[in-house]
Amino acid sequence: MGGESKYVGLWYVAPYVIGLVLFIAFPFLASFYLSFTDYDLLSSPEWVGTKNYEKLFTRDRTFDKSLKVTLIYVFTTVPLKLAFALFIAVVLNYRLKAINLFRTAYYVPSILGGSIAIAVLWRYIFADTGLVNMAITALGGEPINWFGDPENALFTITLLRCWQFGSAMVIFLAALQSVDKSLYEAAAIDGAGPWRIFRSITLPLITPVIFFNLIMQTVQAFQEFNGPYIITEGGPLKSTYLLPLYIYDEAFKSFDMGYASAIAWVLFAIIMVLTLIAFWSSKKWVYYAGDKRS
Amino acid sequence: MSSITDLPNPNRDGREPPTALELKLRRKARISSTIRYTLLTVIGLIMVYPLIWLVGASFKTNAEMFSSPSFWPKDATIQGYIDGWKTSTPYTFGTFFLNSLWIIIPKVIGTAVSCTVVAYGFARFEFPGKKFLFVTVIATLLLPNVVTRIPQYLLFRDIGWLDSFLPLWVPSALAGDAFFVFMVIQFLRAIPRDMEEAARVDGANTFQTLVYIVVPLLMPALISVCLFQFMWTMNDFLGPLIYISSVEKYPVSLALKLSIDATEAFAWNQILAMSVLALAPSLIVFFAAQKYFIDGISAGGVKG
Repeated sequence: MGGESKYVGLWYVAPYVIGLVLFIAFPFLASFYLSFTDYDLLSSPEWVGTKNYEKLFTRDRTFDKSLKVTLIYVFTTVPLKLAFALFIAVVLNYRLKAINLFRTAYYVPSILGGSIAIAVLWRYIFADTGLVNMAITALGGEPINWFGDPENALFTITLLRCWQFGSAMVIFLAALQSVDKSLYEAAAIDGAGPWRIFRSITLPLITPVIFFNLIMQTVQAFQEFNGPYIITEGGPLKSTYLLPLYIYDEAFKSFDMGYASAIAWVLFAIIMVLTLIAFWSSKKWVYYAGDKRS
Repeated sequence: MSSITDLPNPNRDGREPPTALELKLRRKARISSTIRYTLLTVIGLIMVYPLIWLVGASFKTNAEMFSSPSFWPKDATIQGYIDGWKTSTPYTFGTFFLNSLWIIIPKVIGTAVSCTVVAYGFARFEFPGKKFLFVTVIATLLLPNVVTRIPQYLLFRDIGWLDSFLPLWVPSALAGDAFFVFMVIQFLRAIPRDMEEAARVDGANTFQTLVYIVVPLLMPALISVCLFQFMWTMNDFLGPLIYISSVEKYPVSLALKLSIDATEAFAWNQILAMSVLALAPSLIVFFAAQKYFIDGISAGGVKG
């Protein structure tokens, strides 16, 4: 659509540019600056060099603990959730009459899962005499101390997020449904069994969405806040004290904005490095067929 | 895995008796779908049961709450709803629902309008710096909010917006939710430009073309955007937690946390009853418009 000035498009994207500068770019740089200061909201920020980072990496036991549980949380939740989402998508990807019914039922937890109400529900069903322990007892097992035992508490949050596998599943399912059926036929005629077909045809063809889900879920898992804040309140013994919770407490309870910014930047750096590794490694395992959508 | 039954069947018209191989394949297909149905049903029930239990338990008495795994209340009572609605504050949940609505409506409208305009700019025009700006959309999509949150808070404090809904509205009205911008751009790129070009030839300017031609074509995508934004804002907890401090402005999510802190020790059914109410709007919207959710999520890929 030629004819008009080449700046017309800029007018349309202007709201985005303003928002980008004000609410993303400026805060992004400001938080980097703040991480080198002492700032308690009362006096102006005071430059302290790398003091915050030194404290984080050498003297802050809480940070060590928080970082450790964050990594454990992310590296258990993301693979479990994605594996489960893919498994259900594969089972669903069949000529079932009720496919839409199941897809909806599995998607409902994703719709609701972010709600505080669901976190509240989780507190009840994992309580000592809650639904989960009643079910375990009924099946002849020993009730589990979910919230009192540091070994178990984090897992309740992992289970909550795995329960919300629906959106990842819908994306997998869409990818599975777009795989060319003739490839399956050709492989079956050549005598390949279902498992072989899955591994050699289906899996390579859906690596782009596996990659996409992996990145999105990882970035999201590193920022988990509602679960530990409501369900376990970071405890017991800080076993669910994820980094976003620590940042929130430092910033909005202790009003130590500089230190909180430093923790946020460490978290950001970890996410960045992992994302870059994922992008770099994707050349080796993500398969882009022609103009297939990534 | 769906390969077996997808094989072309030369005898589908039934004129020849089925061969042994065919019978085997059919039997295999039948077993396969039985296994799939069973598996899906069992897992589906386990997944949905906590929600069913929640609804049932909200009608239970406090005494009955932890006594049986059944969702069916023995002596059904709506006392939890009555007491829970009143809350321990001077306000009722009615206030909190209105607050949520008052956060959601401007935010959803601002998101839809700004995303449409911005996506139109990206998808239909060439301008200096476009490549770079588009890269920032993708980068923002991946940028963890945690790193911008503190300075954003300080910014809103300095311009005196704390304890108001402005910090929740304004960034969205400036197309701050990169995910939606991206989704609408993708959608727009897939729409042929013929009609827009015809309108331009007939003398419409770019803005008229946007309003009269593009927006109607974009409707399905915009409905998805509005529904997702509704849902996410309804569920948003951290935003209000940071910015809203007076109880009279609390949305439902903060009010729920408040009732946990105030009454959990003795009034479980009140909290569960209010949890049911808090989930109801999202559930109703989802079931009324699930097509748009599934389409939106499959098209753009959604977090959640």
